Amino acid sequence: MATKSLLAQKKELANTQRQLEILSNGIFQDGELPTFAQKIKEAGHFPLRPKKLEILQINVGYMCNQVCEHCHVDAGPDRKEIMTRDTMEQCLEVIRNTGAHTLDLTGGAPEMNPNFRWFVEEASKAGIKDFIVRSNLTIIRANKKYYDLPEFFKKHNVHVVSSMPHWTRGKTDKQRGDGVFDKSIKALQELNAVGYGMPDSELRLDLVYNPSGAFLPSDQAALERDFKKALMEDFGISFHNLFAITNLPISRFLDYLIASENYEDYMYALVDAFNPSAVANVMCTNTISVSWDGWLYDCDFNQMLGLKVASKAQHISQYNEAALNDRDIVISQHCYGCTAGAGSSCQGTVA
Amino acid sequence: MANSYYDPADLRKFGNITEWSEELGTKFFEYYGKVFEEGALTAREKSLIALAVSHVVKCPYCIDAYTKDGLQRGITKEEMMEAVHAGAAIEAGASLVHGVQMMNKYKKLSM
Repeated sequence: MATKSLLAQKKELANTQRQLEILSNGIFQDGELPTFAQKIKEAGHFPLRPKKLEILQINVGYMCNQVCEHCHVDAGPDRKEIMTRDTMEQCLEVIRNTGAHTLDLTGGAPEMNPNFRWFVEEASKAGIKDFIVRSNLTIIRANKKYYDLPEFFKKHNVHVVSSMPHWTRGKTDKQRGDGVFDKSIKALQELNAVGYGMPDSELRLDLVYNPSGAFLPSDQAALERDFKKALMEDFGISFHNLFAITNLPISRFLDYLIASENYEDYMYALVDAFNPSAVANVMCTNTISVSWDGWLYDCDFNQMLGLKVASKAQHISQYNEAALNDRDIVISQHCYGCTAGAGSSCQGTVA
Repeated sequence: MANSYYDPADLRKFGNITEWSEELGTKFFEYYGKVFEEGALTAREKSLIALAVSHVVKCPYCIDAYTKDGLQRGITKEEMMEAVHAGAAIEAGASLVHGVQMMNKYKKLSM
C-alpha cells in the first residue's frame, strides 16, 4: 500500500506529459488498437461537442487523508494544492449565475480545505438543485473536528456521494488502506443516523464503486443489489444508489497497470467494450471541471492530465458559459474508460 | 505459429472462429450470450458455475475469463475457491464412484 503520492515519490508518471505519451504510443501508435478519435469518428461523434451544461464540478484541492491505489488525482496527505478563498469567491460568482443544475465538490478530501465549510455555506445559498460533496467517508472519523460533518451536510442539504470499493474488509482495505473499511462502515452508520440514505429520506447518500484491480465493473444494478444486501445484513446500513465507475488509465491506476503488466490487456478490454451509445452521454458533454487554481477542464480526468478546455475562456476568472459551450472536447485514449460497456461517469453508467 | 499450445492473447481472438464458419459461429455466440443472461439463476450464480466447470474441463482460457468475470461481479476469492472445490469434488467423486464397479467386479471374480 502506497503512503505517498507519485509526485512525492518523484515517479515518472507524476509527469502528465509522460502519461499522455504512454497513452498515445505503443499499441495505439502502431495501429494495433484504434485511437479514441478514430473510434468516435466511426461512430459519428467526432469532434466531441458539449450539450447543455448541467454539472459544475469543482475540485477544491488534492490533499487527502487517504492514498488509494487507483486514485486518478494522485491525492494524498503530501499534496499541498488547495483552492484559496479568492478562487472560491470566483467560483461562487459562477455558481450564482450558472445554468447548471448540479454543483459537485470533489478533491482529494474536499473537507480538508480550510475554507470548505464557508464555501459550502455560501454555495448552498445559490439555490442549486443538486449539491454534491464527494466524501471519502473515513474523513468523518479521521479527526474530532470532522465528527460533526454528517450534521453539517444535513444542515445544508448536501447530497453525499462516497467511495466504497467492496462490501468486504479485505478488498476495501487493499485498495484504500488498512482500517478504511471499518472507518467507512462507522461513517455510513453515522450518516444513516442523521437520516442520510434511508429509504424515503430526501437526504441523498449514494456510493461509488471502483473495481479494485485491472478489470471493468459489471452491471451497476446487480452490483447495487449485492452491496445493499450485504451492507444491510452485515451492518444495518442503507444507501440510495450505487454508481459503478470504471478506472481510467491515468495517474496511479496507470502506474499500477504498467507495473502489474496489465496495461495492454486493460486497454484491449476498454476498446473491446466501446459502446457508441455511451459516447453521446459521456459526462464531458454536460460538465465543466474547475481545478483548485481555477483552470477549466472538460472533466476531472483531463484536469489531472493538464488538458485545459479548448476555449478562449480557460480560467474561472474568464468564465463564459456561452463560449464554453462552443468548444471541442479534448480527448485521448483514457476516454475509452468512459465509453466502455454501459459507460462511466461521476454519476455512474450513462448508456 | 506460436511455440506453445496456449497463448493468453488468443482468448480475445475467440470471436474469430466465426470467420471460418459464420453460421455456426454466430449461432454459438448467440446461444452462449443467452445462457449467461439473468434467468432463473442470476448471472452471478452462472459465473460461479462457469468457473467451476472451467476447472473441471481444465480450460485455461475459461479460467482466465471467469476469474475476471467474477472480479467484475464483486465475487470474492473465497466464493471462487469454493466453486472450484465443488467442481473438483464432483470430478473426484466421478472417479471414486467407479470404485463400486471395481468392488463388484472383484467380488464376482473372487471365490
